This record gives sequence, structure tokens and C-alpha cells, in this order.
Amino acid sequence: MVVRIKVKNVSFSYGSIKALEKVSFEIENEFVGIIGPNGSGKTTLLNCMAGILKSDGCILINGKDINKLDRKEIASEIGIVPQIPNISFPLTVFDIVLMGRNPHKKMLEFINEEDIKIANDAMKAVGIEHLANRTITELSGGELQKVIIARALAQQPKILLLDEPTAHLDVHHQIETLSLIKGLIGKGITVIAVFHDLNLASYFCDKIILLNKGRIFAIGNVNEVITPDNIYAVYGIKVNIMQHPESKRPIVVFP
Amino acid sequence: MFDHRKRLIKWVAIIFFLFALLIFSVFLSLMIGVMGPIGKGVPDKEKIDMEEIFHILIGKENYPSIHKSIILDIRLPRILLAGIIGAALVTAGCAMQGLFRNPMASPYILGISSGAAFGASLAIAVGLNIFGLNSVQILAFSFALLDIFVVYNIAKYKGAVPTANLLLAGIAVGYFFSALVSFIKYIAGEELRAIVFWLMGGLWNASWEKVYMTFPLAVLGIFILFLFSRELNIMLTGEISAMSVGINAEQTKKVILIFSTLITAISVSVTGIIGFVGLIIPHIMRLLVGPDHRILIPSSCLMGATFLILTDTLARSIIQPSEIPVGIITSLFGVPFFIYLLRRKKMVRWW
Repeated sequence: MVVRIKVKNVSFSYGSIKALEKVSFEIENEFVGIIGPNGSGKTTLLNCMAGILKSDGCILINGKDINKLDRKEIASEIGIVPQIPNISFPLTVFDIVLMGRNPHKKMLEFINEEDIKIANDAMKAVGIEHLANRTITELSGGELQKVIIARALAQQPKILLLDEPTAHLDVHHQIETLSLIKGLIGKGITVIAVFHDLNLASYFCDKIILLNKGRIFAIGNVNEVITPDNIYAVYGIKVNIMQHPESKRPIVVFP
Repeated sequence: MFDHRKRLIKWVAIIFFLFALLIFSVFLSLMIGVMGPIGKGVPDKEKIDMEEIFHILIGKENYPSIHKSIILDIRLPRILLAGIIGAALVTAGCAMQGLFRNPMASPYILGISSGAAFGASLAIAVGLNIFGLNSVQILAFSFALLDIFVVYNIAKYKGAVPTANLLLAGIAVGYFFSALVSFIKYIAGEELRAIVFWLMGGLWNASWEKVYMTFPLAVLGIFILFLFSRELNIMLTGEISAMSVGINAEQTKKVILIFSTLITAISVSVTGIIGFVGLIIPHIMRLLVGPDHRILIPSSCLMGATFLILTDTLARSIIQPSEIPVGIITSLFGVPFFIYLLRRKKMVRWW
């Protein structure tokens, strides 16, 4: 099933500070990376797309405006992995992942065997099934990140939004997690992720959105967007771009 | 693999144990008093014995009416009232701590107690009498609700109610009402003693009427908060995170606030301000059974009932035939136990 996301003239401001201004783009079943400097509106865009922030303009998912859906309807279409939430209560990993089933449950409806199976599958998919009995407060940053990804997968969303999914991970876990996320594209899930690391974005994404001061500065495939001129214009640093020997994707090198 | 069956069995066992403890404490409390069987004051042959209590409870007639009246009209309603109010305060405490993700939260955190105190003091000082009903209770209840209404609307910002705003507004409005209470106390004259007694909280004026008044609302509120266990669990992970799994955070917050407020307000208006129970019992139970509200709420509720029944029994029997306010007992006995658990489990880092 193809998921078509249409973002039209989306604007958002925090009080008098404009965070997003007339952002428009369309995506379809691909891995999209959002890059841009701090404060350029990446997280705000993600939160608007998840309906957590109510934006002006419209965000259509297969023609449905998410600003008109209720939270459960949104959450059964869109899973969002926020920057690591600070959970200070010793709930078990299994319970946290199982929370992902909430959008599919009516009020007071009990969790059934199928939900438990889906939660277990989600944990397996990110390789944390051995952590099921552990409490969330005992986990490392990387493990916690995977738990939250598993929770989003348990929602069985058509779209997965990730806010810096690799921020707390070492190189090994970065590649592992992103490969796993990339694998979801083949299962019909559209993935949109915020990146700080340009090379990771370049290596994994099909499409890049470069944000600057709340506006789209450039959008397109990695070779079109990650260029020395664009990087200089937005980040204000001079870089060299080399080519990855195998994937032919751009690699950003700092002089 | 997570074995949720095993956990379910464990939870049922916990509830069963706590329920047995509650039943035990009810019978223990029924036996304690000046007229015995446990207690000093009257000669042994005039005492009520254990068998007699049991017979009176199941409705056998052939006993002195004074004995029946002591058991059925004095001890039993007081025990039931203590039980339901303990359960209500503790459930409200659980819900508030979960909602605010704050260890300092208690049923009184938003100033409900101060609002109720103002209503009660006003009624006592002015000697108000509305339609012959208990005006102290009615005013206490009304001002408790007024307090929350004001707090909620102060905290509201663009249709949302951030919890930090709620806490601050609650503290501010609470102080305002406390100042008014101080003022009434200052000018009260001979009603001062009655006001001070009310503020300390206690169950000495328990009656069946009060039990009937409190039960329906308290049971409804506790039950609804229990039904919101899953939402409360999810809210523990933060509001944005809760929204991302389909929780309407604002609406959930509102429902939880409304029902915690109602059960707190009805409790406070009936018994005055009994401190400590709603703050510490949820902490104790969280240390013992974990933070999952599906087990935390029912077990805290049972423990709260047991705790208040036992402390109230102590309060009325420790200096027979007089009694001391139960709030003093709850703190004197509860605090050392809580500190012991805190030190032993070393789990303060949760917060």
C-alpha cells in the first residue's frame, strides 16, 4: 500500500517566533531525512506532522487532513519517536512497548493475545526481546532509544517519524538502528527522520529536506541537496564533498 | 519473553492479601474500645465479647441494646467511614502523583484542603445554617470545588493546561485561602477551638449519614480513576510521548483532575484535613508493588483503607476514654515506616 503525504503551506509559530513558514512538499513511501541547523524548525516540522502541534496549513495523509483527526486516529497512522523521553519510573520494557497498542484500543478495551504478539514482534524487530523483563530505568541511552522505536512499531503505523534517532548511539548502534529503519521502507512504511549527522543522512536517505530558518532551502535526492554551496549557505561552514566509493553518495568532509 | 500471566497471578495474590488485611483490620477495630472486648474502662462482665460482636453483626437480637448501639451505630460507621476516606485520599494521591510526575503531589496539592478549610471555618465562625443541613460540610465541599475551578482556569493557557501552571496556580490559590482561614481564626473568638479541631481532621463525629453521603461519590471516583490506569501509565512517560501513542493528554488530565478533586473534596468536607495518608501511602505502595497504576491504584486503595482504620482505632483508644486527632497518629506512625522503606529500598532515584 502506498502512503502519500502532502504537506501544504504549513506554518507554525511559538508566540511571536516563527518556527515554520509555508513549508510544502510531497513524499511517497521513501526514507526522507530532514537536516538543517539548530533552530531551523526540524523538530517543529516533525511534531506538526504528528499532529502534536496544531499548525496552519494542511498535512494530508492519503488525502486525510491530520488536523481533523483525533489523537487515536493519528496514532494508528503515524508513529513518532521523540528525542529520548525522560522516564523516571521503573515500568518494564514490555509494558512500554505495549503502550504502542493504545491507539488500536477503545477506552477500557483489554489488551489481548494479539497485542502481546505484536509487542513481542516489535521488540524482536529491533533486537531487544531479551530486555522485556527489565525496567526502563536500568537501560542505557541506546537501549532506551530502541525501546521507543519498538513502541512506535507496535503502533503498526504507516508513517514513522523519528527525531534524531541516532543521537545517543555509538557508531555500531547508529548503523544497526538506521539499517533496521531503512528496512521498514520495504514493508510499506514511510520514514521521516531528523538528522544532525549529514553523512548518516546521505548514506541512508532517499530524499533530503534541508531546512533553514523555518523554510525549505532545498529538497531533492542526496546529490542535489548535499552540496558545498548549500551547506555553506545554511550552516555557514566551508566543506568539501567527496563521493562514497560504492554507493556514489556524497560524503561531507570538513577541511 | 515477558510472562504476563505470572504477573497477573502475582497481582491477584497482592490484592487478595491486602483485602484480607483490610477485613482483619475491620474486625480488630470493631473489638477495640472502652466497652471491650479489647479495652479498659468497664468491669469484665459488662464487656462485649467477640462472639457477641459477631452475632450482632449478623443480626441476632438477644443482646443489650446499648451493646448493639455501640457496635452498629458507633464503631461500625466510624470504621467504614475511615476505610472509604482512607481509600479515597490515597487513590487521589496516586492519581495526582502520576499526573504531575511529582513526588510532592498529594490530594491537597492544588489547594483543595485550603479551600475546604476556608469553607468550614466560615461556616463555623458565622454559625451558618442552610436548610438545617450540615452547613460546615456543604461549605467545605463547595469551596474545595471552587478552589479547583479557579486554579484550573488560572492555569489554562490557549486551551491547554500545563502541569507546571496548575501546580503554581494551586499553590497560590491555596495560600490565598489559608490567609483567609488565618484571618477567620484571628477574629473567631470562642469558635476558634472548633475551627482548630476541624482543621486537624478526625473521624470522631462519624455517623451512618456521613457514610451514606461519602460512599457513592467516593466509590465512583475511585473506580473511574482505576479505569484510567492505562492512561496514567502512559502519561508517566511524558505528555508528548503520551500524545504520540494516541492519548488526548488534555482531556485525560481533565478527567483525572475532576475525579481526584471530587473524592478529595468529599473526604475533606466530611472529616476535615487528614494529612499524610494521601501523600505517603502511594509512595509506600509504589515501593512495594511498583509504579504500574493497574496494580498501584487498587493496592493503594486497600492499603489506604486499612491504614486509616488502624490509625483511627489507635487515635480513639490510646488515651481512653478521650481521643487524639487521627492526623497526629497517621504521621507519627507512618513516617518512621516510610523512612525505613526509603532507606532499605534506596529507590528515591525514581523521581
